[in-house]
Amino acid sequence: MFGYYFDLAVHSLRRNKVLTALMVLAIALGIGASMTTLTVLHVLSGNPLPGRSSTLYVPQLDPRDMGDYQAQGEPPDQVTWIDGMNLLQAKRADHQALMTGGSVAIQPAQAALDPFYETARYTTADFFPMFGVPFQYGHGWGVSEDADSAAVVVISSKLNDKLFGGSDSSGRMLRVEGHALRIIGVLGDWRPNPHFYDLNVKNYGGSEGVYLPLSTSQALHLAHLGGANCWGNGGADATPTAPCVWLQFWVQLDTPEQTATYRQFLIHYSQEQKSLGRFQRPPNVRLRNLMQWLDYEQVVPGDVQLQTWLALGFLLVCLVNTVGLMLAKFLRRSAELGVRRALGASRRALFMQLLVESGVIGVAGGLGGLLLAYLGLWLVRRQPTDYAPLAHLDGAMLLMTFLLAIGASLLAGGLPAWRACRIAPGLQLKSP
Amino acid sequence: MDIRPILSTLNRHRITTCLLVLQIALTCAIVCNAVFLIHQRLQQMDIASGVAEHELVQIRFAYIGDRPDAYAQAQTDLATLRQVAGVQSVALANQLPLSGEDMSSSGLKLHPHQQQNSLEAASYYGQNLLPTLGVRLISGRDFQPDELLDLKAVMPALHGGDMKNLPHTVIVAQAVAARLWPGENALGKTIYVGDDIPLQVIGVSAPLARPDNLQMGAQYSVVLPIRLTATEGGSYVIRTAPGDRERVLRSALAALKQLDPDRIVLEQRTYDELRHGFFENDRAMAGMLAGVIIALLIVTALGIAGLSSFWVGQRRRTIGVRRALGATRSDILHYFQTENFLLATIGIALGMALAYGINLLLMMHYELPRLPGVYLPVGALALWTIGQLAVLGPALRASHVPPVVATRSV
Repeated sequence: MFGYYFDLAVHSLRRNKVLTALMVLAIALGIGASMTTLTVLHVLSGNPLPGRSSTLYVPQLDPRDMGDYQAQGEPPDQVTWIDGMNLLQAKRADHQALMTGGSVAIQPAQAALDPFYETARYTTADFFPMFGVPFQYGHGWGVSEDADSAAVVVISSKLNDKLFGGSDSSGRMLRVEGHALRIIGVLGDWRPNPHFYDLNVKNYGGSEGVYLPLSTSQALHLAHLGGANCWGNGGADATPTAPCVWLQFWVQLDTPEQTATYRQFLIHYSQEQKSLGRFQRPPNVRLRNLMQWLDYEQVVPGDVQLQTWLALGFLLVCLVNTVGLMLAKFLRRSAELGVRRALGASRRALFMQLLVESGVIGVAGGLGGLLLAYLGLWLVRRQPTDYAPLAHLDGAMLLMTFLLAIGASLLAGGLPAWRACRIAPGLQLKSP
Repeated sequence: MDIRPILSTLNRHRITTCLLVLQIALTCAIVCNAVFLIHQRLQQMDIASGVAEHELVQIRFAYIGDRPDAYAQAQTDLATLRQVAGVQSVALANQLPLSGEDMSSSGLKLHPHQQQNSLEAASYYGQNLLPTLGVRLISGRDFQPDELLDLKAVMPALHGGDMKNLPHTVIVAQAVAARLWPGENALGKTIYVGDDIPLQVIGVSAPLARPDNLQMGAQYSVVLPIRLTATEGGSYVIRTAPGDRERVLRSALAALKQLDPDRIVLEQRTYDELRHGFFENDRAMAGMLAGVIIALLIVTALGIAGLSSFWVGQRRRTIGVRRALGATRSDILHYFQTENFLLATIGIALGMALAYGINLLLMMHYELPRLPGVYLPVGALALWTIGQLAVLGPALRASHVPPVVATRSV
């Protein structure tokens, strides 16, 4: 029966090619625009560490003075050196890492390569096991290297390709800002997007080329790169004593009980610091997990959300357009449908026939929409934003395109089909 | 023209009529808001930076490793750059307007011990800054060379509260003066920054835009008497004739490299390139919005044309009868045009209410201002035009239906 309906549909659609093309085009444009923006939204609001994200938390404290104080205000996004070190050494979580961003000059051993700048992450040892960072060669460092400010470094696979042609470079030396550091590990494919652990640098595509112990970066006076918020007189940010927040602190808490205990610990810590005179504000702590953190930091650009709403509005107009055209088309065939009814076709059969016809338009529109989505994403990738290179259609979004297309056209065909199959069989047989 | 027959016809095609009105309303609402968004972006891109935009080039570089002699090196660099042919003036600046990077700002207070800051202003500092950027002083004076403090001395002083090594003077931009002391002379007034460090206003400058965060007051900026070096994030800014920029940039880089090959150039661009880069996202967004508006209007126009063709086809007999009874061609033409105008008007009326509603939602979520009333007639005009253009073809075809059709059976 489906084959017959399909033949009927194709026959009917071919009778009025311009109109069919119009409906297919409308659906294709709507689907193409929506899928382009939905894909960008999907990529940008994705989970950077699936499977781990629910156990990773960002503790926030409020170490600021009373200037600009507002009750109910949010604590700063980052921590001071002193608080970071205190929380790190308290070891109240399964894993904890204190880190900040930097930018360092690399001087390649090969004369053919000019010195260049590379983004760096200065962090404590737990960074690698806590975030599940994959290693291609070698390994990360341990607590003892942190304590000794050891001259060791871990590099990204991209930097390894550039400097050592992709071979196992662990054990070799790397000149960083004029200091010789021993490479102990080369990362595998590690490009978490968004760059969740430090949203001050770059939200997307910001993975670092060089990783070294936080203590080493201090010992070598390596430059800090990223946000710093100061109060009071401020002063040289990114120094251990400055009244500034400039470090990111992450903890891993596996169970809800641990989370509750850690929150209590943060409150106790704030009270203790207040009684010591270091903190002036009443305890104001937050403990957000990774996805809550991304949400709080509004990491998805407002423009992208706006574009998505706009595209969905556009799809809606295209759908209303298609419903109107299909309705007109189906009603015009009242006579033909009346004949079929009179010859014994049930209302249900007519409905199915018309629905198949709208489904055919939907599939054609979906295919067109897919092509337009590829074109749209190609255009997005040419934009100057830092998320542009990420805009690719994945399997899930591909499937969604088709579901959206079929769903949209069945929705668009449903009302006209229902309206058209309600005609009385006898009426249409009379000659006018 | 009597519109009753039109209304009774439309009444018989209620669902189709409703759909057409709905489509026009949605299109009108989206177009109004999208045009408003585009206008917002263009307005933002039009902001004056206050500097001599077409005469500036910027060079930023970094040394490898620590440089204890950075301050001496900076003076040598500046002297060398001044020797380059075509260079009119050279500055060493911590940041530039509309550069979108390295945002340094301070909260300004009018009184010591004030709880909340009166306003947040971008703080510029560096050497020979205002003359090179081409920012005029409206009143007061610029800093004397011996007034400038070294950043490396200011930072520890801030921390230790050592007043001798802290700045005592400040130049404020016009917008800051107008906001803090409306109607008064700002010269000689005192503002407080940080832990109540007093700064006396010695000059008021012409407008100077912020590097970033324009929503916090695009023209709120102050200039501090502090000197910095390239190792502390400073960049060299050169003023030259517009036609000489590319050449001066090349020879300046060559001169600096010759002076000390052991540095890495991080940035070399004209100010125009910098500004272009700052608004790239806005430009892309405005382009995207314009694309959607055009696509939306095309889809709506095609939809109206499609439906009108259907109606004309459906009513061929009726039209023939009317023609046989004496209606002229132009009567038929006007009938369809009036019908379309009626539908568009209802759609536009609904669309305006919807446009307003969407704007309210956007205001809640995206810090947008209220939709000015002037956008509503623009949207209405666009849809009336689109509707009339779209219906013209089918209506002309309808007017050419011969009266003889009335006598034929279908």
